[in-house]
Amino acid sequence: MSDTHAQTVAFVRETTIPESPPPAAETGAIKWLRQNLFATPANSLLTVAALYVIWVVLSGSLPWIFGGLWTTTSLAECREILQGRTGACFSVLSERWNQLLYGFKYPADQYWRPNLAFLLLFFAAAPVLFFDLPRKMLIFTGLYPFLAYWLIWGGSLLVPIVALLGFLGGALVYQRFIKTSFAAGFFGGIAAAFVIWTVAGAIIPENASDNAMLSSVPSRDLGGFMLNMMLGVTCVSLSLPIGIALALGRQSDMPLIKWVCVVFIEFIRGVPLITLLFVASVMLSYFFPPESTVDLFLRVVIMITMFSSAYIAEVIRGGLAALPKGQYEGADSLGLDYPQAMQLIILPQALKISIPGIVNVAVGLFKDTTLVSVISMFDLVGMIRGPILASTEWNGVYWELLGFAALLFFVVCYGISQYSQWLERRLATDHR
Amino acid sequence: MKKSVFFGALTLAGLGAGVAAAGTLDDVKARGKLNCGVTTGLVGFAAPDANGEWKGFDVGVCRAVAAAVLGDATAVEFVPTTGKTRFTALASGEIDMLARNTTWTFSRDVDLKFTFVGVNYYDGQGFMVPKELGVSSAKELDGATVCIQTGTTTELNLADFFRANNISYEPVPIETNAEGQQQYLAGACDTYTTDASGLAATRATFENPGDHVLLPEIVSKEPLGPLVRHGDNEWGDVVRWTLNALITAEELGVTSTNIADMSAAPGDNPEVNRLLGTEGNLGEMLGLSADWAKNAIMAGGNYGELFEQNIGESTSIGLARGLNAQWTDGGLIYSPPFR
Repeated sequence: MSDTHAQTVAFVRETTIPESPPPAAETGAIKWLRQNLFATPANSLLTVAALYVIWVVLSGSLPWIFGGLWTTTSLAECREILQGRTGACFSVLSERWNQLLYGFKYPADQYWRPNLAFLLLFFAAAPVLFFDLPRKMLIFTGLYPFLAYWLIWGGSLLVPIVALLGFLGGALVYQRFIKTSFAAGFFGGIAAAFVIWTVAGAIIPENASDNAMLSSVPSRDLGGFMLNMMLGVTCVSLSLPIGIALALGRQSDMPLIKWVCVVFIEFIRGVPLITLLFVASVMLSYFFPPESTVDLFLRVVIMITMFSSAYIAEVIRGGLAALPKGQYEGADSLGLDYPQAMQLIILPQALKISIPGIVNVAVGLFKDTTLVSVISMFDLVGMIRGPILASTEWNGVYWELLGFAALLFFVVCYGISQYSQWLERRLATDHR
Repeated sequence: MKKSVFFGALTLAGLGAGVAAAGTLDDVKARGKLNCGVTTGLVGFAAPDANGEWKGFDVGVCRAVAAAVLGDATAVEFVPTTGKTRFTALASGEIDMLARNTTWTFSRDVDLKFTFVGVNYYDGQGFMVPKELGVSSAKELDGATVCIQTGTTTELNLADFFRANNISYEPVPIETNAEGQQQYLAGACDTYTTDASGLAATRATFENPGDHVLLPEIVSKEPLGPLVRHGDNEWGDVVRWTLNALITAEELGVTSTNIADMSAAPGDNPEVNRLLGTEGNLGEMLGLSADWAKNAIMAGGNYGELFEQNIGESTSIGLARGLNAQWTDGGLIYSPPFR
């Protein structure tokens, strides 16, 4: 090798160059900066501009946050202490946190009840959200609505028990008759549930709630973020099955069912939610005599559920439409009947496609629960806009309160969004 | 909740007759609670405090009525209403009376079928502008953007005022006073208009109240008072005379501190005796106990005391009595005699 080029080339290196570290510009943080932030002159310009914006935002907000006061008793006192210095008046949060979370009328010594209900919500939701968990946990999920109702509203334990018995009775009748005909099972189940509620409801004494273990709290006394959570959780979990039923009904071959579903969906989607809420709070009270009005909370739940189930139905219809016709035909060729085909083949695929859309509706619905503040229910935003800003002490505190509300909503909505992304990854069967 | 949850729909059928069957007074007594409509929050007039207790000038009227009827100033269910929901709440029977700084107008009285039982605050609509705008009269506000609460009489007064003076404006509709305050401070509108009491209360909470001025024009009459449904005159009388009892008590010098002594035995002033039930049978005529007025006054004090505690000059709102002084002091507050 050494002689090969001796005549043609003046110099040949015969040893390898010792290893040296890469140039400073091609390593570590500098390389990262160069590649990601200053790759081209235009990028550099954008980076500088972005840094400037971040600096402006932080230099304005950080002193405000860290200079904040937590212990004063009124806005005037905050201003006195700050003397024109920048600083937030977080004292409103430390004084009124309970009103922001629970509303101003929920008895303070009973706060453990919604807290416990909130905690149990995670156990109840876990087997639904994470299907690797043992299926036996679903029993608790089924009991949870009645348990949570009893915890939050209190009163006689008989009320949720009767409600539960009604559902169980209905389910038994359904099981019994479903083998002969779907209609018999379906309507028989509903009738059985109503019979149980009527009979048992008449048995519950009027004053059953007076000496109950948990003191009774009327719906009007619920408020704050608790109300948003309750409305959000109830309406999402109710509107999903109703939405699926509506989506399937809209695709049905039976004209009556099809047109009922179409009219329902199109009507609800054509009306703003706030109109429905006004109907719930204002118009319905004209139809019911004052003594026997349906609870306002229930009226609002019905309206929001109707609204979101119409949207979810359309999202799921999109998922159904996206399935190739072969899937339907495949199910038929296996000899599956309609419920089996839907349950085993169509819906698992259609729902998977619909996840982003459903989550989108759920997040939107959760934030829409703040609209109840316009019908004088004191949810988180209602508490801020009404009682707290109207108190002589805290009139004029906006950023702190609304920032706090935004933070709470962000935490929940971000959580929902993260879960849905996990779910999509988990269900990915990679057709790509 | 309870059974109504399950049977709400079923009960609908048998209950056509509903609302006006029994008198409101009997309903309230049977229920043991007064359903009183108030605002969702207005500084000084009605707002719950840190403990969830409703406090305020309008709230005081509710408590007085509850005390007069039921003998218990705490037997009130406060139903918060917005400017839009207040009348339907009253008309549908959800509330027994409305004390929500509501202006007494012809159409509300006649067309909406309500009975205003009196006036507990004489107000008028004013304008607030930043000092730096350099405006000294509302007539100079040509082309201004105006923050205005929707669904209120102020909205109509504003249109009337600008039309009468042949100048133009651009409305910025807002929902609540808190929102109006924020929009005004953020510069979304040149001027904020609402009742002068509200403006004074709002300005008192600003960081620099001196930077804002109230213009001298008061463009409307806003007699604010409690109201009930048409057609139930017994109940209307109860609310009317409870309010009058508070006013008369101030006029006669009956306060929450000396009322215990004065009501113990008949004194030298026959009208005080009649008011406090130590003489005559006024309570019986109303269908109430003899000490109804005593209970009403003890609930929160007489009219003057309620005013001082909630919106008067000793509070941060700092409203002067002005038109709301007793007629003997040159104001408009005047109660017919207890006789």
